[in-house]
Amino acid sequence: MHNIFVIMKKQFRDTLKNKTILVQFLMFPMLTLVMENAIHIKDMPEHFFVKLFAVMFIGMAPLTAATAILSEEKEKNTLRVLMMADMKPWQYLTGVGSYIWLICMAGAGVMASCIETSGRLFFLGMMGIGIAISIVAGACIGIFSKNQMMATSLQMPCMMIFSFAPMLAMFNEDIRRISDIFYTQQLKCVFDQMSLDGFGTNGAMIVCVNAVICVIMFAVAYRKKGLE
Amino acid sequence: MIQCKDLKKSYGENEVLKEVSFTIGEGQIFGLLGPSGAGKTTLIKILTGQLVYDAGTVTVMGKEPGRLNGKEKRCFGIMMDSFGVYERFSCGENLAVFADLYGIPHKRIPKMLEEVGLEGAYHRSASDLSKGMRARLQLARAFMNTPKILFLDEPTSGLDPQSMKAIHRIILEKKAAGCTIFLTTHNMEEATKLCDHIVLLNEGRIVESGRPEEICRRYDHHKKIKLHLNDGEDIEYERNGDTAEEIFALLKAGSVETIHSTEPTLESVFLELTGRDLEEER
Ligand SMILES: Nc1ncnc2c1ncn2[C@@H]1O[C@H](COP(=O)(O)OP(=O)(O)OP(=O)(O)O)[C@@H](O)[C@H]1O
Ligand SMILES: [Mg+2]
Repeated sequence: MHNIFVIMKKQFRDTLKNKTILVQFLMFPMLTLVMENAIHIKDMPEHFFVKLFAVMFIGMAPLTAATAILSEEKEKNTLRVLMMADMKPWQYLTGVGSYIWLICMAGAGVMASCIETSGRLFFLGMMGIGIAISIVAGACIGIFSKNQMMATSLQMPCMMIFSFAPMLAMFNEDIRRISDIFYTQQLKCVFDQMSLDGFGTNGAMIVCVNAVICVIMFAVAYRKKGLE
Repeated sequence: MIQCKDLKKSYGENEVLKEVSFTIGEGQIFGLLGPSGAGKTTLIKILTGQLVYDAGTVTVMGKEPGRLNGKEKRCFGIMMDSFGVYERFSCGENLAVFADLYGIPHKRIPKMLEEVGLEGAYHRSASDLSKGMRARLQLARAFMNTPKILFLDEPTSGLDPQSMKAIHRIILEKKAAGCTIFLTTHNMEEATKLCDHIVLLNEGRIVESGRPEEICRRYDHHKKIKLHLNDGEDIEYERNGDTAEEIFALLKAGSVETIHSTEPTLESVFLELTGRDLEEER
């Protein structure tokens, strides 16, 4: 438990110094605040920007952060040093995961401030699930990659699909059909209605399957590569 | 403290360590010398449990390295050039991460930096450090948990003489404090100066071992005395009683500029044993 907190503390300290990750964490919450308050177009769905940016935030920030942190620590061999100081792999992963989750939830909190009080808890709950799945997906890539270069090139397309597909799906039915199989699209539907009804017939299933796939891929990557 | 017997390790087809055996007593500085690619780093990795080996027996503090538990591993201080530091953190913050891990109060960090001669660098970002300063930061990190055994993989390679000296002083201080130290290097002078016992490793095989002076004496077959005269002439004499008169006469006449005996250095012993130069192909 102690070791997990050490990692979280280290990461929080790093957040302010690591500009690329900081931008990821701040961009969408800030954009949401600005757009929601500045732009009011007639006939636009209520809280259009919150719903859109929330999904993009889920698909982008936790994924990039998890990949970047893991691959950097592997490449610089600082992870080795931690292990030699009796850090267990699960403690390290839990520490990094919790840190990302907490900081993304803070961002989600900012977004939630734009919607009605009644919907906030539901919104945060859904965000929490989505962020968790993204973290696991990001950790997969981080563990699988040999170095930061490889990590970035693997993470980029994943991030694009998860975060941009739901947006493009609003304008194109073909994309919509494909993006339906991703958790981010399903969460977008839920946010659109602000209730679980948004899932439709098998939305909840799809989110679960997405989560399970991520966890399995993580387990495989971990078994194969460990944290070396 | 550390025993190693008939240790073998291969990477695929490439046999990197071939029947390596040695014993390191408590409180010793043990020097592992060898050219690039000899298998020094590989050996350190095996001893610290980062790498599994193929055959032989290895015991560190009475246990097989892979079986050491977390608490025992915390008795190690390891410095390898591949072990990075957190680039975005300052020196102080870098050490703070590990102070937290080991449960050491942060107020002792300035003292640790001072110990390795980095007193002014607490707030200096690790990415701005010079090579020598970075090595010292890594040393400070390795010392943090007051280790019983220190593994130092080429702690001074590529450093200027001053940083090198500073690091030698620190290493000797640690020895005085009762640390057992495992040191690898390709620097002969360093080995002669620091080590109680050295092993020469070439292509994964131990070619010679013993105290540094002892090894040099053992390979002293030429037994010559070399004189450089004022007029620029070089003369060699056999090192025995017969030549004493002649040398004496030259000395008395004041025509000798320098006089040396030709005991081999570790460098020349190594060259003789392997036909390879230690410092070449770095
Ligand atoms: N991960 C690896 N996979 C395959 N071969 C390796 C690996 N690591 C090292 N080797 C090989 O093992 C041999 C010994 O390497 P090692 O790093 O132990 O040498 P060294 O004595 O530390 O050299 P240097 O003085 O350059 O640090 C080399 O021939 C190297 O090619
Ligand atoms: Mg090496």
